[in-house]
Amino acid sequence: MRNALPILTVLAVILGVWYAAVAPMNIRVALDQAQRGGAELVPATALERQEVSVWALMLRNPVQIGETYAMDRPRLPTPGQVATELWNTTADMALNGRAMSKRSLIYHGWITLQSTLWGFALGTALGVLGAVAIVYSRVVDMSLMPWAIISQTVPIVALAPMIIVLSSQLGITDRTVPKAIISAYLCYFPVLVGMVKGLRSPAHAQLDLLKTYNASGFQAFLKLRLPASVPYLFTSLKVGIAAALVGTIVGELPTGAISGLGARILIGDQFGTPLAIWAALVAAAILAGALVTLLDLAQRITLKRMGMQA
Amino acid sequence: MSWLVFALIFWAGAWVLNARLANSAWHGTRAVRILVPVLFGVTLIVLWEGLVRGLGVSPVILPAPSAVAQTFASSTDILWEDFRQTVLKGALTGFAIGSTAAFVTAILIDRSAFLTRGLLPVGNFVAALPIVGIAPILVSWFGFDWQSKAAVVVVMVFFPILVNTVQGLRETDAMQRDLMRTYAAGYMQTLLKLRLPAAMPFVFNGLKIATTLALIGAIVAEYFGSPTRGMGFRISTGVGSLSIDLVWAEIIVAAIAGTAFYGIVVWIERAMTFWHPSQRR
Repeated sequence: MRNALPILTVLAVILGVWYAAVAPMNIRVALDQAQRGGAELVPATALERQEVSVWALMLRNPVQIGETYAMDRPRLPTPGQVATELWNTTADMALNGRAMSKRSLIYHGWITLQSTLWGFALGTALGVLGAVAIVYSRVVDMSLMPWAIISQTVPIVALAPMIIVLSSQLGITDRTVPKAIISAYLCYFPVLVGMVKGLRSPAHAQLDLLKTYNASGFQAFLKLRLPASVPYLFTSLKVGIAAALVGTIVGELPTGAISGLGARILIGDQFGTPLAIWAALVAAAILAGALVTLLDLAQRITLKRMGMQA
Repeated sequence: MSWLVFALIFWAGAWVLNARLANSAWHGTRAVRILVPVLFGVTLIVLWEGLVRGLGVSPVILPAPSAVAQTFASSTDILWEDFRQTVLKGALTGFAIGSTAAFVTAILIDRSAFLTRGLLPVGNFVAALPIVGIAPILVSWFGFDWQSKAAVVVVMVFFPILVNTVQGLRETDAMQRDLMRTYAAGYMQTLLKLRLPAAMPFVFNGLKIATTLALIGAIVAEYFGSPTRGMGFRISTGVGSLSIDLVWAEIIVAAIAGTAFYGIVVWIERAMTFWHPSQRR
């Protein structure tokens, strides 16, 4: 709680800068609208206003500054507008019993969450299995590890449209599958690296001790390596789930998906409704925060029960 | 069918060879360390080629590596133009601006313990967010050309580098700082001679994360509008017009660019943080 005041200060500064930026960002559009409404402006036409800086425009037309904070299609909405839009598309609809309506962000968030969790499960399984193979087999270590690193330097977004086309050509109509593959691709790497580190974390003396107990390789894995890797696992799971969410949203962005938070961003862009984009972005942020917090909680409980809490 | 059989035999043979090499007495040598993963990669390509040819997969679904290589060779001018637009203009400019801004911000913030405590959790949180989503907003602010792509990259790389640098600047322990004080070193001297060098491994960690983010940002932003060139533009139109071999050629360019970018950062890291335990051989 020592950090509460500094964090709140930083957040307040961010909100302040955001509010302050709204007027200069929106003033040109606001003036164009006011002109259509027949207001007296300095300079009078849009062409002349092109030559003048936004600051001068704000000084000469102080009346219209107020309008920049209440526009239907702002270039930069105020935090309040975004919050209102978010409320209208989530809690308000839920209260009216339309939580799963196609216009509700709860519905789209649920679609995104499903793909994220499938991708997370797939990526974690791949990462853990890969790590076990790498730790126990030198061939796998030498041949797989460099390619695992290279696979992450390949921008997945380049592959995303391909994966979706491929899966639809193979007859997979369910949109969840390609999105889950993309998020698994982003998610497996942190898990793999963390688990390799974790499985190798027991000291030689500890491994030797198990050998003196005549423990088999499998017993050593189960009783020493696996428990020792748990803190590493949770740390990388937190990175992994954030990456999985990014993967799902990336999978929804360029591919003409119709449901999911990424699709809301895409549709908001195509229909010129910036408020919808911002609301979907904030919803994605909340989802990311919630998932990471849940894993953090699970980490604390597990480590406490294992007697390893820091 | 013979293609398929050949590919499978090649796979088995390469795997046995790799196993022999990895468990041989020379497994520590540089040649084997490079040869084993290369052989693994070649096996994958042969297997891909064999599967596509052996099973008669339509080139619209998955072109064979040889077909991709042909397209690559015959359309180098397009690929180079896209590479310049997306990587050199969009990604690298954004990376340079974003990392410089993050680095300077980190040093400024670091002077205030209050700000550091407030900004680290916020920055960590923002670094975990799906920031790619702001791409359409920035494209509508900065126009279709590379400036908007660079802007997306700036926002995407800023927070990972900021968080890592701030963390790195806190890495020195009290003993080291006390030593600097006994030398009567001022703030700048302590920063330049002790704290910045100590922070470098962290800074490079952030830079390495940022290299991949930079390419992702530059390519995603192109899906939301771009001039008629650029890797993201070519990929999205290529998928639409079913010229899948060109798409794969672009993916290869993206892979090479990403790996090279990452490799260069790792190389600079080796040269600058040679003293760090993780760099010792």
